[in-house]
Amino acid sequence: MRGFDWRRHSALTTLVVGVLIYVGCAMNFRGFASLSVAMNLISENAYLGVIGIGLTFVILTGGIDLSVGALAGASGIALARLVQDAHWNPLLAVVAILVGGLALGMVQGMLVARYRLAPFLVTLSGLFFCRGLALYISKEARGIDHPVFKSWTDFAVRLPEGARLPIGAWVFVISLMIAAFVLARTPFGRSVYAVGGSAPSAHLMGVPVQRATISVYAISGFCAALGGILYSIALGSGNPIAGVGMELDAIAAVVIGGTLLTGGYGSVWGTLLGVLILGMIQTAITFQGTLNSWWTKIAIGILLLGFILAQKAIGARASSGP
Amino acid sequence: MKSKPPYFWPLLALVAVLLIDLILAPSFFAFTIRDGRIYGSLIDILNRAAPIALIAVGMTLVIATGGVDLSVGAVMAIGGAVAACVIARPSDCILNGLQLPPTAFYAVAAGLVAAALCGIFNGFLVSRVRVQPIVATLLLMVAGRGVAQLLTNGQIVTFTDKTLSSLGSGGTLGLPNPLWIAAFVALAVGILCRRTALGLFVEATGENEEAARIAGLRTRAIIGFAYVLCAVCAGLAGILAAADIRAADANNAGLYAELDAILAVAIGGTAMTGGRFSLAGTLIGAVLMQTVTTTILTRGVSAELTFVLKALIVIGVCLLQSPVLRSRLRNPA
Repeated sequence: MRGFDWRRHSALTTLVVGVLIYVGCAMNFRGFASLSVAMNLISENAYLGVIGIGLTFVILTGGIDLSVGALAGASGIALARLVQDAHWNPLLAVVAILVGGLALGMVQGMLVARYRLAPFLVTLSGLFFCRGLALYISKEARGIDHPVFKSWTDFAVRLPEGARLPIGAWVFVISLMIAAFVLARTPFGRSVYAVGGSAPSAHLMGVPVQRATISVYAISGFCAALGGILYSIALGSGNPIAGVGMELDAIAAVVIGGTLLTGGYGSVWGTLLGVLILGMIQTAITFQGTLNSWWTKIAIGILLLGFILAQKAIGARASSGP
Repeated sequence: MKSKPPYFWPLLALVAVLLIDLILAPSFFAFTIRDGRIYGSLIDILNRAAPIALIAVGMTLVIATGGVDLSVGAVMAIGGAVAACVIARPSDCILNGLQLPPTAFYAVAAGLVAAALCGIFNGFLVSRVRVQPIVATLLLMVAGRGVAQLLTNGQIVTFTDKTLSSLGSGGTLGLPNPLWIAAFVALAVGILCRRTALGLFVEATGENEEAARIAGLRTRAIIGFAYVLCAVCAGLAGILAAADIRAADANNAGLYAELDAILAVAIGGTAMTGGRFSLAGTLIGAVLMQTVTTTILTRGVSAELTFVLKALIVIGVCLLQSPVLRSRLRNPA
């Protein structure tokens, strides 16, 4: 079809695959097609969704951020120690950690944008840095039982059929709305896509490439810290080794969501679909009962391979078009 | 003025760290000979650096072609798991169907073949399907550990075979075996690259693949070769790691190995964007990382700080090599 650029609509493929998986699961497992399972999908994967949103910004510029999982782990344990042991006001601790994540992301962005270091190298070092920091803060998991957090986790909007949407899901949904608005409707959003399309052309057109690059890494750091906070509050404890491999899940969600890893094409809506598909695979394997947890990794790997090959095919067709 | 070799800065850093050790604890350089083996902190550093150095040698070639291999940690787990499964034959392991004799030779061979298959998969995706290296190898990084767990059924597979375990914990001529193996592989790859034109081909491919292809190089084959070599090195390192503890732990074997290996290559002065590479620099990088780790541990500083320090060292060394910073220092605005 002429004039229809598949790269702009690769999330459609994800939507079709997602619906197929959902229908397949609903037909095979009793009780899968209920509102509470659907709401659990959103609330249990809220932390991953928030991290994925930040990562989408970075990947849209053609970069990569491998530090998000470790940063999330460090945020969780920092929150536990600040609130439980240092007796900080919980809200103040949350704000401090978010600012810390933002600052760390910004430093990584500066190393990438100003000094032209390879993004994966910088963020790999960031991963080491955060993991070390987390273990330095505390070697063991630390429970979070502050009454304020208790009141946060108890808060939930009740829906029919016993389904509920807790606070983490709301943070995810609101972050998603803001991110979608910023990407689609603001000059900054347009410069993110422009940098991903071609940084030199964007620079020649007058797009502030350096500022945009630094900003996306800062956003990613902020989102990773937020995701880590959601994760540890939901779990009721901070763990320094939480989030090992979380960066892989987040990257997988973004890629499955149709965002091109070369940058320039994609959306946070796709990332939402990617997160939900990963969640469905996990839930399906739990429902199935006899498959072991490592099948999750293998299934995600195969799905990822399928999407990457599909992206390649679509990309090849689009670039060889008229 | 003669230009400095790429490993000048890491070598200087290594000497500096060793000097600090000499001042703080002269016993750091002590050697003792027991049961015909040499023991001492320096030997210990080299022995512990061996698996990472092994992987980093393969990684150097991959990075020199302009790629990167994130799957080496998972491939390590697969190599160790396959070797342990062949020799220990745990019940309901899918490898039992192969009916391989449970000897050290077949265990090592099977582990290396499995690793080579992983490398072929990576190389195929990168050179034929033209998937970005980070993404292509991310697949195996995610799924590979799942495959290793599938092989071992999520258990830690232990074995008692003396020949296999001596690969990891034994010694020859007074020095530990992993050290010999890593040195042999590094030397073999070094000769292969620098005494034949292969090294030049790899550099040409990494510098500008299109130009290299038009000049008549089989760039796809060269890229594929780099990934297979890297995976085989990782598989061998995984076998050594499993042999050392007489067990294959699919969950934890090779965790963070990809990071350590990439950091060793980066410190060693190989450009992350591909092109010029330095195997000597990589080896120095691997030894430097381990020296820092051992120094921190023997100084009684909390072990967690090694992660933080590694990160800072890598960023520091890379900044020193960054052309942007250098030109800025030379002509301050």
